[in-house]
Amino acid sequence: MKTVRCSILGFGAIGQGVAEVLLMKKEYLESIGLEVLVVAVVDSKGATVNPEGVDLADCLARKRTVGTVAIEKLTGVEIIRSIAHELVIETTPTNIVTGGVGLQNMFTAFETGKDVVTSNKGPLTLKYRELMEAAKAAGSNFRFEATVGGSMPVINLANEVLAGNQLKSIKGILNGTCNYILTRMLEERASYKDILTESMELGIAETDPTYDVEGIDTACKLVILANAIFGRDATYKDVEVTGITKITPEALEMAYERGHVIKLIGEVSRERIHVAPRLVPINHPLAVRGILNVASIDTELAGEITVTGKGAGPIETASAVLSDLVAIYGNR
Amino acid sequence: MRVSMDIELKDVPGQMLLALQPLSEFKANLITVLHHHQKRTPRKTIPVQLVLEIKPENIEAIKAKLEENGIKVVRVGEHRFRESINVVLIGHVVHTGIQDTIDEIDKTGFAEIVDISLSMPGINLLSSALIRIDAVGKEDLQKALDILKKVSARKDLLMVLPIDIQA
Repeated sequence: MKTVRCSILGFGAIGQGVAEVLLMKKEYLESIGLEVLVVAVVDSKGATVNPEGVDLADCLARKRTVGTVAIEKLTGVEIIRSIAHELVIETTPTNIVTGGVGLQNMFTAFETGKDVVTSNKGPLTLKYRELMEAAKAAGSNFRFEATVGGSMPVINLANEVLAGNQLKSIKGILNGTCNYILTRMLEERASYKDILTESMELGIAETDPTYDVEGIDTACKLVILANAIFGRDATYKDVEVTGITKITPEALEMAYERGHVIKLIGEVSRERIHVAPRLVPINHPLAVRGILNVASIDTELAGEITVTGKGAGPIETASAVLSDLVAIYGNR
Repeated sequence: MRVSMDIELKDVPGQMLLALQPLSEFKANLITVLHHHQKRTPRKTIPVQLVLEIKPENIEAIKAKLEENGIKVVRVGEHRFRESINVVLIGHVVHTGIQDTIDEIDKTGFAEIVDISLSMPGINLLSSALIRIDAVGKEDLQKALDILKKVSARKDLLMVLPIDIQA
């Protein structure tokens, strides 16, 4: 049995999802020869640390009752530097302006020779190349499937399963909130504002939905795909972005009468990165409804390959974190 | 514009060269040539069908030049509007001058707005239009969309394009 010692930095919805999935999949992981020992859990108020392995069920219970796991006043960076472990699971919130604490966590992890698996888009959108170079210099593994499309495997599908195929473009719906809003506007013939309010009440849209509805979230995911799959050195500035705030129920209805739905489509290739509402034929593989995400990869040898799945949700996103973890340690 | 042209050549050497020379002179782009050597006309001439990409104003001059070279032009047919797409416009579509938007496309000669559905839910609310554009060929359609893109930017209209078109 190989023991993988890891820290979970960020214990919001995704971090808690990771903890739940690690508890849920303990036996499976053991069956493939892995014992995953979480030595530290950190949230914005502090940390729980135990080099012998923290009690994840207890961490989840305390987070839900007390609102924090903090027992010691330690930050992610301090944990990375002071506690012996191999893997940093970085699930702090995305900040695309500064990179947030996630950026510091990742650089510190590489400085100390640790592997990183993350769901955090911000650092990758801002400093992809520097992060990759730091990981390479340290000989660290760096995986981030959960940053694009939640449980939907895009990056690993393109880079590993489709290895050898030259990829021409990836097109898809990479934001479940926008897809939900556009789907509901058409179904209810309701205004953008009404459905946005409904989405916030249901917790599908954030209190500040700007990142989603202005297309910024989709653009960040495309930047990651551009860099990770198309070998570019792109940042957010390279993306042409139009969001969904101007879409009217009448436009949706007229398009529908002519056999089309309007979807916020992100498109990335070697040449360009583009986000805009587009007309999609009703029977097209990209015309998925509700909160679903979808991506269609245009390949040289295999034609178009389309995957669809839940783009968000703690357990779904944690599923991508788990697959990255297994990819790093499972077959060594 | 794309046009088809049926001509008849005498069955003597050098005729094809005489037919192609005026096309080259007026910078017509030859798309296809069907040479019906087996189907002689009652006049013993050989029917040839051509498809050309050509400026509309040069058609008559080419015809005249061919006739001058002794080649009979039997028929000239315009292949107009082979490409068609729907585009959605959202914004103050009417107040910013919808006629002007239509004219910008129609005056190109290679593309036309052939259908408009319009919805104006209220004076201060955004209106939505679904327009169909027909164009002579794919490249012309892209040119028409580039024009529409500029008009939309000027009028602050959101243009929603089909997914299979280069946005």
